[in-house]
Amino acid sequence: MKKEILKLRGVKVHFPVQAGVFNRIVGHVLAVDGVDLDIFRGEVLGLAGESGCGKTTLGKAILRLVEPTDGEVKYISQDDDETELTSLEKKDMDPFRKKLQIVFQDPHSSLNPSFTIFGSLQDPLKKFGIKSKEERRKIIGDLLEAVNMRREYMDRYPHEFSGGQRQRIGIVRALCLEPELIVCDEAVSALDVSIQAQVLKLLMQLKKEKNLTYLFITHDLSVTEYLCDRIAVMYLGRIVELCDSEDLYNNTLHPYSEALISAIPVADLDKQTKRIVLEGDVPSPVNPPKGCPFHPRCPKATDICKTEVPTLKKYSTNGNEHYASCHLIDLPEIS
Amino acid sequence: MAKSSLDKKFDQIRKREEEKTFSTKKRSRIVNKFLNNRLAVLGLIIFTIIILASIFAPLLSPYDPMRVDLRSMRQPPSFDHWFGTDSTGRDVFTRVLFGGRVSIFIGLGSAILSAVVGIAVGCYAGYKGGWIDVIALRISEIFMSFPQIILVLLLVSITGQSLFNLMAIFILTGWGGMYRLARARMLSLREEEYVQALRSFGLSTFTICYKHMLPNALSPIMVNITLSTAMFILTEAGLSFLGLGVPLNIPTWGNILNVAQDILILQNYWWMWGPVGIVISVFVLCVNFIGDGLRDSTDPSQQG
Repeated sequence: MKKEILKLRGVKVHFPVQAGVFNRIVGHVLAVDGVDLDIFRGEVLGLAGESGCGKTTLGKAILRLVEPTDGEVKYISQDDDETELTSLEKKDMDPFRKKLQIVFQDPHSSLNPSFTIFGSLQDPLKKFGIKSKEERRKIIGDLLEAVNMRREYMDRYPHEFSGGQRQRIGIVRALCLEPELIVCDEAVSALDVSIQAQVLKLLMQLKKEKNLTYLFITHDLSVTEYLCDRIAVMYLGRIVELCDSEDLYNNTLHPYSEALISAIPVADLDKQTKRIVLEGDVPSPVNPPKGCPFHPRCPKATDICKTEVPTLKKYSTNGNEHYASCHLIDLPEIS
Repeated sequence: MAKSSLDKKFDQIRKREEEKTFSTKKRSRIVNKFLNNRLAVLGLIIFTIIILASIFAPLLSPYDPMRVDLRSMRQPPSFDHWFGTDSTGRDVFTRVLFGGRVSIFIGLGSAILSAVVGIAVGCYAGYKGGWIDVIALRISEIFMSFPQIILVLLLVSITGQSLFNLMAIFILTGWGGMYRLARARMLSLREEEYVQALRSFGLSTFTICYKHMLPNALSPIMVNITLSTAMFILTEAGLSFLGLGVPLNIPTWGNILNVAQDILILQNYWWMWGPVGIVISVFVLCVNFIGDGLRDSTDPSQQG
């Protein structure tokens, strides 16, 4: 039985745009504009989309690194206790900070250059009640070994490590308080392909050992195909398609997802794929187009797309739930 | 087959590594890098010599810096008086030594105290942002917009000349620069991902900004401390030269230079102002060398 660990309801993150002498607010960047999403315990949920569509902001909003403007983020514990995170006071957040962690994209800025690995990892442990230094050293040492690094590395400085090693140290940091959900914010995008595979394999292995749940943010659909149980595709701050990862590749419903999938390189010379090339850029999130946000670039757009905003509706493909927001889907909607 | 010399070297290293005699805990990286910088070491040596000489001045010189000796007025340098004597027969060498105490105290003290104030405000405001930052920024602008000399005139006319008034003014006008430096560094550092990671653990603002971020912001601040030490010493000399700084009866480098206002002394008695001028220049230069060395050695991105 699938149990939720996080429920997002109508999450919005709007950044004010200021201009003029008196810093008047002239508009808002709608970075995340109403996202409903359930994350189940033990799954890997991919969050895909091109640059600037709000993936990272959504990930950070879950951890309250960015304060959501509106909406609810509910954490459901193993005993089915629901807690609404966005309305909590800063200090009441602490027990949940332990459960939710994040691995960052850039291995070069994600470690403090002035501290040894142990030096920068020990404060969180200290804060969450591990008082003795030996114990802290043991926890960090064990985790370093779990990510295939040597225990002694904890006394070295970040500049002594390569990108892949630093990223594994970033994983150690996320793991050190035994979290339940880890947001992997483009965790492998900055690494080269061979190291990517190594880190991904490690992530999957750790997931199995420690019963983790991943929210895997990426712009690379070939990575999500290999990793994820379900995939959510985002466009301009909204989720446009959400389904099992197999269904996304075999029964694509949304034209945007189709275009993304057609852009995945295939290592097969005989296989001819039809590239769907999208015209133009992502529209400005300050001033999103009326109607369906995707219609100016959609190859299939009709009149209704220009006026009405589609909502995320539930369909069924292969007997699985499949959500998509498009006017042009001719499958029966399931309530 | 004969091993190449390179192979032998590698074997040695490997052997030492296996025996764990390969000590990884040596002198700290920063100290090592600093000692490799010749100019900085030279600066540090001369700096130490001048400071020690000032501290142990009574042991080095048999004279009293304040005692007037009318029988030996305006004597040129000799074995009895290394830097000669001034218009009232006081030994210039002794006065330079004792003057160093006050001048260095004012320079270093004001620089360090204004750095402490500037860093404390700048780190917190820069990291937090928002209205705290706006208020701190405006206050620092208010202080920096007053010319130092007007403030000195104001305070001297109200409370009279004193050493602590001078230091208070140096700190009041000096912390703004340090604050801006610290704030600017914090503004760029707070977007770094390691800071976000610390925030995701819910660590307190104090731990994040003073313990984890400050060390990365420190190297330009260190340089600025040394530079403003030099600057404060020069300003003190300048103000004392004008008769606005430390009361004239206390020997400071600036007060000793004061005699050069008299054209007669400037032309005929070079030993009254020459040596002290050189000491000021050398000291300021050394402090700058140390600052440069510190900047290079504390920058964690520079290896060597």
